Amino acid sequence: MVMAASETKFHVLAVDDTLIDRKLIEKLLKTSSYQVTAVDSGTKALEFLGLNNNDHQDVEVNLIITDYCMPGMTGYDLLRKIKESSSFKDIPVVIMSSDNIPSRINRCLEDGAEEFFLKPVQLSDVNKLRPHLMKRRTQTNVNKRKAMDEIVSPDRTRARYNELEVN
Amino acid sequence: MERNPMRRQLASLRKSLFDQGYLDEQFIELEQLQDDANPNFVEEVVTLYYRDSARLILNLDHALERRPSDFSKLDGLMHQFKGSSSSIGAKKVKAESTLFREYCKSGNAEGCMRTFQQLKKEYATLRKKLETYFQLARQIGPMESANRPK
Repeated sequence: MVMAASETKFHVLAVDDTLIDRKLIEKLLKTSSYQVTAVDSGTKALEFLGLNNNDHQDVEVNLIITDYCMPGMTGYDLLRKIKESSSFKDIPVVIMSSDNIPSRINRCLEDGAEEFFLKPVQLSDVNKLRPHLMKRRTQTNVNKRKAMDEIVSPDRTRARYNELEVN
Repeated sequence: MERNPMRRQLASLRKSLFDQGYLDEQFIELEQLQDDANPNFVEEVVTLYYRDSARLILNLDHALERRPSDFSKLDGLMHQFKGSSSSIGAKKVKAESTLFREYCKSGNAEGCMRTFQQLKKEYATLRKKLETYFQLARQIGPMESANRPK
């Protein structure tokens, strides 16, 4: 199978309001051979994803790793917005926090976070990301093949209501 | 080689920072991230820490002057300080910040002030030692200044 150049590196969106931790997570991710975009707020993360532009994904992001405690939109708020979005809900989200609060951790995991890392985040934590990314890539390829199959089989029909697709 | 005594001095300085509890293993994590692409990574992160700490200390000083004490604000500021200290492995500063937050939770202004004075002392000591460490490391040159597994 021929892989496009854009498929060779996973793209991680890192969200943290503190400069030190942004620099740290960026280095951790780059050391692990990920392409990284780091932003300082949940709002900027959503803008980057293109959530404000007709809910269409502007750039391909394979994983979002976000700090929990941020002014304005917390990491949990961001998690909920991602999971409530039809375009982005399948992007794995990981939460980081300096506070070890079991109820907080459980709530994040229950509401869709793949992992919860206690700060300071270390390389051993970042190593846990790859399975989540590999699983999603495999699923995406399966979905792409299914989509291709549907295009070449015009007798398959799907009901459409304006812009909404009913599966 | 004249570098050898300096290298020994650097290694000794580094060891004492750990032995005396100024730094914890998070500092080693930073060292392991330093590479040819980012040869000054540790010092860059520590420099960001100094900047951040200066801001937080100023804000904490002001907040501590207020009566009645706004413990929520104080705790919020110290939460940030604890976070950044933790990120670079500043062990003693982190311990003082934890203690400070305990006093915030129990509404103990006197305890907060006492602890903050101690924290500032620990921070000043750490900063001085780290500045000496990095100055020496720079003199030695681009060769590795710490044990790095490759």
